[in-house]
Amino acid sequence: MLIYGLGLLAFSYLAGQLFGDFLGELIGVHANVGGVGFAMLLLVILHNYFHKKNLIKSNFEEGIIFWSNMYIPVIVAMSASQNALLAFNNGLLPVVAGVGIVVLGFALVPVISQLKNA
Amino acid sequence: MNIIEFFEKNGMITGFLIIALIMLVAEQISVRLIQKKIPGSAIAITLGLALAYYGGAVTGGEKGIADIQFFSGFKLVGGSMFRDFCIVSTALGVSFPVMIQAGKAGVISLALGLFLSFVVGVLIGLGFGYRDAESLATIGAGTLTFIVGPVTGTALGANSDVIALSVATGVVKAITVTIATPLIAKKIQLDNPHSAMVFGGLMGTTSGVAAGLAATDQKLVPYGALTATFYTGLGCLLCPSAFYLLLKLFI
Repeated sequence: MLIYGLGLLAFSYLAGQLFGDFLGELIGVHANVGGVGFAMLLLVILHNYFHKKNLIKSNFEEGIIFWSNMYIPVIVAMSASQNALLAFNNGLLPVVAGVGIVVLGFALVPVISQLKNA
Repeated sequence: MNIIEFFEKNGMITGFLIIALIMLVAEQISVRLIQKKIPGSAIAITLGLALAYYGGAVTGGEKGIADIQFFSGFKLVGGSMFRDFCIVSTALGVSFPVMIQAGKAGVISLALGLFLSFVVGVLIGLGFGYRDAESLATIGAGTLTFIVGPVTGTALGANSDVIALSVATGVVKAITVTIATPLIAKKIQLDNPHSAMVFGGLMGTTSGVAAGLAATDQKLVPYGALTATFYTGLGCLLCPSAFYLLLKLFI
């Protein structure tokens, strides 16, 4: 059943985000800490568990795969609702700082990626 | 009957239709005009940003094109709930062993990403003539993400101009990551799960990382998102406390 897959995804999302919010409260920040990460781990673990128990039948996974295919369209909608005007109308400082840190970050990606051999 | 009200009432569905059209146009540009040199998804995301700029210029609002009544469904479809739900769903294709193997580099990149962003922001703030620790810390925090900036600024009592500046810095960062990542991915060997995790930790801006990786290679998204998801929360923890106190030592 497709809706069971979707239900599992919804459960993982809610549980992970709730835990992320809770963790944020715990360390005293009003922000979510790692919610998406915990939700992803939960989804993978539960999916593997159900798979082993042979509980995954027919189009169970389609309820999840549909949403991962919707990812790019959602991201397009997200970019279209960014406050893009703000980025250009606040003088030079945001541009220098925002672009500067990205350039530095790009330069560091290959350097830190080498650490896998350490 | 008011036709605009009809579309607003059916906002989410209208959103789906518009996004489908944007994707179609982007794909045609990619295939027919530039022989797939830039992937359709990257063009679609850039078109989205252009629409956001247009929407902001027309309405003066904060939600880009979504502030225009006809496009109001974009608030929901492009909001953080749908975004995070889709990111979580991509985890189904994730390989656990790879994730654990990349864990160490992921943690290092996260720590370095948080610290470096703050330092860069502070240095640039100094360059622009800010001298008080509260303003500098707020600008530094904005260089992390556009959420950490206002959280830190509010906590430290920075003035509202500086807070606006910090939000703008975070938005520029997100947009730069979005546009530049697919163009530079090959040069920085961003083509495997391991470097995607490092990338997510270094950049941290979930919107930027999510969009940048989507336009580069959708398979890399969950790995980048995994480290990036800790960035904003940890930033909100560190900036008004440890980083601010550290900065106080120098000023």
